[in-house]
Amino acid sequence: MQKYSVFSLVKNALSNHENWDLAWKDPTPKKEYDVVIIGGGGHGLATAYYLAKEHNITNVAIIEKGWIGGGNVGRNTTIIRSNYMHDDNALFSEFGMDLWRRMSQDLNYNVMFSPRGIINLAHSDAQMNTYARRGNSMRLNGIDAVLLNREEVREIIPMADFSENVRFPIFGGLMQPSAGTARHDAVAWGYARQADDMGVDIIQNCEVIGFDVSAGKINGVRTSRGDIKAKKIGLCVAGSTNILAEKLNMTLPIETHLLQACVSEPVKPVLDKVVTFGAGHFYISQSDKGEMVMGGDLDGYNSYAQRGNLPTLQHVLTEGIAMMPFLSKLKMLRTWGGIMDMSMDGSPIIDKTHIEGLYLNCGWCYGGFKATPASGWTFAHTIAQNRVHELNAGYSLNRFNTGHLLDEKGLGTKTWIS
Amino acid sequence: MLHIKCPHCGLRSQNEFSYGGDATVKRPELGKEISDQDWDNFVYNRKSLRGKHWELWQHLSGCRQWIKVQRDTATHEIFKTLKANEEIS
Repeated sequence: MQKYSVFSLVKNALSNHENWDLAWKDPTPKKEYDVVIIGGGGHGLATAYYLAKEHNITNVAIIEKGWIGGGNVGRNTTIIRSNYMHDDNALFSEFGMDLWRRMSQDLNYNVMFSPRGIINLAHSDAQMNTYARRGNSMRLNGIDAVLLNREEVREIIPMADFSENVRFPIFGGLMQPSAGTARHDAVAWGYARQADDMGVDIIQNCEVIGFDVSAGKINGVRTSRGDIKAKKIGLCVAGSTNILAEKLNMTLPIETHLLQACVSEPVKPVLDKVVTFGAGHFYISQSDKGEMVMGGDLDGYNSYAQRGNLPTLQHVLTEGIAMMPFLSKLKMLRTWGGIMDMSMDGSPIIDKTHIEGLYLNCGWCYGGFKATPASGWTFAHTIAQNRVHELNAGYSLNRFNTGHLLDEKGLGTKTWIS
Repeated sequence: MLHIKCPHCGLRSQNEFSYGGDATVKRPELGKEISDQDWDNFVYNRKSLRGKHWELWQHLSGCRQWIKVQRDTATHEIFKTLKANEEIS
């Protein structure tokens, strides 16, 4: 594989950029693989990469119904953070933060990781107390957290509404300085390129039609491009998990919902942090192109539409304008939606299943993008070793049965609880 | 914007309603011995498929009645609405 560097850039510039290698191949599926990963999104591609890199398993296929990176890895608001209170979430996410910091070097692909910091705003004394508790929990787990008072927040984001007479005055906030953003598509492409180089077959336009299961064991998968045998199959299709689960006669603690995001027209640099509104559900950052990137609540009812409805967008942006009034002057450039696996406790599932050789990675709710490297790493471990890693032990499928819920916010699919 | 035909009030916009989830889920009968799995299926497990879906909505800013709605989860087309006590046929 051609290494991307300033030298290769100069060399290829001399030949009018006509001789770059393809970033990944377009193979015809083989009859059999050691491992088949279903879903060519961030998590699936990362899983294949870590299977090859960490476990030396390279006879792997990724099968993807559409094109790689066309689902939620291309539809999110690119926020990366580990500001969780519960140990299972905090340690998993912080492990991911380490992978994020090294990712551009590891993948030889500029993922534009920008650790600009995230601030969760507080709008009451009670919320400040909650944030102090969460911040302390984070620091006990080795994650950086700073509790900011109103004046400290004002210094960092003076464009927010600090006037006295507002419904949700800013009391302060909890900041994780090491959190940030990254170029989402580059994450998918970087993992794809390296996985392909190590021998993984990336098979696009290949839809799963059914599974070959006998005597409680998985033997393979039936696809629109023929049957593929494999002793181990990993499901990485958050958003469509319920559709594949139905083909396996499984019913999961997941509902499929739609989450919208939007960007404004590009403006000059105004916001160098990720900021979330604490009295509702709204988050904002500014992209390198100058667009304000915004998102918030689910549309609120089961949906596979991949496009949103205006009432939710209006609701979310009302919160945005309450927090930063200047947003009302901006024109909307683009809105879009992605379909989410909303798990019942708001936390994901990375686990084995009752079918031998079938592994499940789903339920990412609002937080799938930032989890991409840690999810791929732990899922690859779970598949390769046939046992969960301690980092994803809390993300078990049977926790809903045993009562060990991981309810960071206690929301799950029930957004109206907030 | 969805337009939902409330069986009590007629066609109203989505803004007046709040969502209540899968309408086919039945609470296990009280006083009857049930397995953990039955309880799990009631509390947590959902099919949530693409296509026709019976679901509960509450006409919160209207008559405040709970209703049943059959909607397509991919196209949002609404096929049928029922009062809460009417059985899904």
